[in-house]
Amino acid sequence: MKRKLFDFLNFFILFTVLTAVWWFLYLLKIWPSWVLPSPWSVFAKIFSGLADFSLVSGMFISLGRVIFGFSLSFIFGTLIGFLISKNIWLKTYFKPLILGLQTLPSICWLPLALLWFGLNEKAIIFVVIMGTVLSVTISVESAIANISSNYIKAGLILGANKINLYKYIIFPAILPSYINAARQGWSFAWRSLMSGEMLFITVGLGQLLMFGRELNDMSQVMAVMIVIIIVGAFFDQAIFAGIEKRIRLKWGLTNR
Amino acid sequence: MLQINGLFKEYKTGEGVVTAIQDLNLTVQKGEFVCLVGPSGCGKSTLLNIVADLDTPSKGETIKEKKCGLMFQDPTLFPWLKVKDNVAFGLKMTGMDKEEINKKVDYYLDLVRLKEFKNAYPHELSGGMKQRIALIRMLIMEPEILLMDEPFGSLDAQTREDLYAILQNIWLKNKKTVLFVTHNVREAVCLGDRVVVMTARPGKIKKEFIITLPRPRELSDMEVIKMSNIIKEELRNEIQQVIKETEHYEKKII
Ligand SMILES: Nc1ncnc2c1ncn2[C@@H]1O[C@H](COP(=O)(O)OP(=O)(O)OP(=O)(O)O)[C@@H](O)[C@H]1O
Ligand SMILES: [Mg+2]
Repeated sequence: MKRKLFDFLNFFILFTVLTAVWWFLYLLKIWPSWVLPSPWSVFAKIFSGLADFSLVSGMFISLGRVIFGFSLSFIFGTLIGFLISKNIWLKTYFKPLILGLQTLPSICWLPLALLWFGLNEKAIIFVVIMGTVLSVTISVESAIANISSNYIKAGLILGANKINLYKYIIFPAILPSYINAARQGWSFAWRSLMSGEMLFITVGLGQLLMFGRELNDMSQVMAVMIVIIIVGAFFDQAIFAGIEKRIRLKWGLTNR
Repeated sequence: MLQINGLFKEYKTGEGVVTAIQDLNLTVQKGEFVCLVGPSGCGKSTLLNIVADLDTPSKGETIKEKKCGLMFQDPTLFPWLKVKDNVAFGLKMTGMDKEEINKKVDYYLDLVRLKEFKNAYPHELSGGMKQRIALIRMLIMEPEILLMDEPFGSLDAQTREDLYAILQNIWLKNKKTVLFVTHNVREAVCLGDRVVVMTARPGKIKKEFIITLPRPRELSDMEVIKMSNIIKEELRNEIQQVIKETEHYEKKII
């Protein structure tokens, strides 16, 4: 409890200091206000966006997409990761391909997605999946490859069959890396979605960001950026970081 | 009974073929406690892995009556399971009734005096406690053959003596067949009915000594020390490597 309060205070101080610096820079008038708006006008934009529901609905639409795309990627990424780790043929030929594809920024899938699916929801989800699924696959595969062979041996000598080996040894053994894979996948999914949303008409945070640009409204641009960061970070911290910490504590990988 | 006939094990590595074990023959009688001594890298762990069916020989065969229990060089407890679930793991795999498993787990935890720690996680235990849990995780399966790979290698003298006593008690009670690997001649004399010495790589059996001292024995018994000195003397010219290691090791544990 004390710890939480302390974390919150820290965060509050950091936030105040950053805002103060920003305000100070604004007051110096080095840049015109359409380059660097005052923090208050940006915060006002956030509040008005929340009040007239434009930001709220954008947020929920984006969240719906990212959760859908992320869940699919997570399921398929896990399955493909397990398959590759099991099959030597896939490992030799398919893994390099995946590693290569992973270097492609997810937005590069958009032209292809538009031609395949048209200007619609499917195209956006496709971009999110392509930006996420490979990272999950690679993390899962490498987590399985890095399990200490002694755990497997101990499981076998204690009489675990194939299914039980996966259920009681391999899966729990990769759990910390797996949560980490999810966390990384989440941030990939969120980034892919935002870049996808910016490029064509889709109600969503990315779209609101682009509107700001078209209206030359810097306060709107910064307001939406802040919301994007907060939403992404909130899920990362509130969900994934929490689970990860619980597991690391239980395993004795961290002390606090 | 455990029988190892004409065993070879080769590993293909980047630099070519490494022969870890070369033509090894060994028979352990039912209820016999055999200690295997050999220098580091002579293939002791490899041998135990093959006997436990975790690895396949390049040539030769092992004949045994039943499933083996194996205790590794490190405790290798599962960090994601509580102590009691680590101990219960093997029985759960057999589909035994939960009540019965719990009773057995309690009995074995009592045996190594770790009942208060049943709900702890492995990282909350000391090294010696972990080894005790690893020991009963194997024993609870009631295997006919116990394979032990330097199980007490990293422990202090006090904890070792404690575990020797526990192990000898258990063995005296139900006379399992044991193949126990160690670096240390004195440990081998303290525990074994027979001490088998391996050569440096490629590993094969060099010499055997029958130990007839009364049990239970302790590491500090005069007879044990005398006997291990006799063995070391006999080996002195033949296997410098073992002697050097065992002396280094004894300095550490005494
Ligand atoms: N998977 C492997 N691939 C290649 N070589 C191996 C492999 N496992 C073991 N070896 C080699 O086989 C030899 C025997 O190894 P092993 O682990 O059985 O030795 P050991 O007698 O148990 O040694 P220690 O007393 O240090 O534990 C070593 O020289 C090692 O380099
Ligand atoms: Mg070894």
